[in-house]
Amino acid sequence: MSGFLTLYRRELDLAWGRGGGALLACGFYACVAALVPLAVGPDPERLAAVGPGVAWIALALSTLLSLERLYERDFEDGGLDLLALGPIPLEAVALAKGLAQWTAGSLPLALATPVAALLLGGAPQALPLTFAAALLGGLGFSFVGSMGAALALGARRGGVLIAVVVLPLFCPLVIFGAGAIEAFAAGMNWTPGLAFLGAYSLAAVALTPFAAAAAVRNALS
Amino acid sequence: MPRLMFGLANPQKFMSATRRLPAVLGVAAALMFAVGVWLSFTAPEDYQQGDTVRIMFVHVPAAWLGLMVYSILGVSSFFALVFRHALADAAARAAAPLGAGFTFLALVTGSLWGRPMWGTWWEWDARLTSVLVLFLFYLGYMALRASIDDEQKAGRAAAVLALVGLVNLPIVHFSVDWWNTLHQPSSVLRLGKPTMTADLLTPLLVMGVAYMVLFFALWIASIHAEIRQRRANALVLKAANAA
Amino acid sequence: MRLIVENLAVARGGRRLFEGLGFAAEPGEAVALTGANGSGKTSLLRAIAGLIRPEDGHIRFEDGHSGLEADEARASRLHLMGHQDGLKPTRTAREELAFQARWCGAPEAAIAEAVGTLELQPLLALETRKLSAGQKRRLALGRLVAAPRALWLMDEPLAPLDARWRERIGALMAAHLAGGGSILAAVHDPLPIPARGVSL
Repeated sequence: MSGFLTLYRRELDLAWGRGGGALLACGFYACVAALVPLAVGPDPERLAAVGPGVAWIALALSTLLSLERLYERDFEDGGLDLLALGPIPLEAVALAKGLAQWTAGSLPLALATPVAALLLGGAPQALPLTFAAALLGGLGFSFVGSMGAALALGARRGGVLIAVVVLPLFCPLVIFGAGAIEAFAAGMNWTPGLAFLGAYSLAAVALTPFAAAAAVRNALS
Repeated sequence: MPRLMFGLANPQKFMSATRRLPAVLGVAAALMFAVGVWLSFTAPEDYQQGDTVRIMFVHVPAAWLGLMVYSILGVSSFFALVFRHALADAAARAAAPLGAGFTFLALVTGSLWGRPMWGTWWEWDARLTSVLVLFLFYLGYMALRASIDDEQKAGRAAAVLALVGLVNLPIVHFSVDWWNTLHQPSSVLRLGKPTMTADLLTPLLVMGVAYMVLFFALWIASIHAEIRQRRANALVLKAANAA
Repeated sequence: MRLIVENLAVARGGRRLFEGLGFAAEPGEAVALTGANGSGKTSLLRAIAGLIRPEDGHIRFEDGHSGLEADEARASRLHLMGHQDGLKPTRTAREELAFQARWCGAPEAAIAEAVGTLELQPLLALETRKLSAGQKRRLALGRLVAAPRALWLMDEPLAPLDARWRERIGALMAAHLAGGGSILAAVHDPLPIPARGVSL
């Protein structure tokens, strides 16, 4: 357990620190959000129609950006060997990395998402739900994305490759998350969407570490 | 059956046992396609969609195959991963572009289906969208495999991805269905299937079987080519090291 | 802990690096692995550590007369020190040493002692990217000193060190051997301690 916490704290520090990418992801998020009205036009009704959905997509993409180096940095400097030979199994290492990524990366993004949705014309009443969904969805994005980062270890064009591999797996998260917010905005029942989102994200937390560990073992062999 | 399976698992034995198979299957596929196409053209017109319903006979089996091949990809990947099976790895690698091809055909014909009637080049209905995501799964698999230089590592990483994708497929299908019901279509424009009578079901099934036989013919031929390529590579490597 | 390698064959990228390799490392013994570049020294060390699966042969660990579970031996009875140091450039030496040593199960007191032994005190506040190669190597050695384990697998351990530190680390190695530990080191130059040679 202490090994897990030690690793988690270090991963958190690395994600937050210089070159960690967590704050950079927020900057990217802001840029994408700013591009939307430039592309779609400032008409409030049009923006409101696409706003929440686009905010959700930007969340997915920003998560992807911040985890490209998640395994790569350890792989490059030989640290991944030490992690593989440590007191906790590789699956637990993957869990720690995913959680640290979520804590450091998705939390600020989850705060940014309602703001972006608001600026893009979303209803203020939807903000709490948007925040909750972004937090929950961010968990799924972080873990599925981390698995992608592990799979792409040692590959050329790592960043884009991770995106190509992982974005189809993001579809359910995008559907459920944006769906819940849109349902709320339309006055319909939003609980199924949020429930499915939570289920998928928690399943990702439970299952992707196994795939990520297999990928890391493969890369180290 | 298991003994047969593991007996064929040796690449050498597999090659000799299935040497004639691609040609035989190819001829069989050609025959079935001939029958299927004839049946497709002699099937009655749909009272709503007219002649364009015939695209269904190309589109639907292609979608079936796209899905079936992904399952085969998943199963092959499982054996490649768990049993470290070279033949299973070759089978997975061979299956991917074929499955992607069928899926792409399904997408193109799906796009063409709606065009004559309603003038749109694409319809974001549940089925087509699911097929599109399936196509992206294939692309991801092939991209991952191609981007890692070490062949063995590339195969293993891609195998993990294929298994993850296989588990995700039902979830994606479910989520796309849910998404479709959430966003009620504003008009009755749908790529609806005409009511299935025997007249329409028979050509559909025949075409389906024809596609399947064609897939197996191409797949086994591709595995043969893959095995030969690996042997050639091994020989080249051996010669280079002996020098 | 005794390391026994029997009839080992390791392949990389489809090519067999070596085969039929057999030797043992007894407690108190140092083995120097020599061979040309690309002959498989690093791969052998990684195979013993369990990161690479050998194509043929066996790797066994024994304690006295009883065999040890390989997984257990690898998790708690050996250190693998690659020729990279695994230090994160933006973290301070203190933070990285603390992490690596704790990761290997070393108590705080042992870490402090390692700092003294390896004269790391003046470096601790610096970010690791500001350290020289030799300083980084000493920092990486910290976890070997702080967390005692029977077998040291080392890949060119002394390469970035100057003559003075080579001697000092040689003394540390000798102390490790005297305490019943063993060392298997891939080297290009002779080790500062008596060692049996195994050539790949």
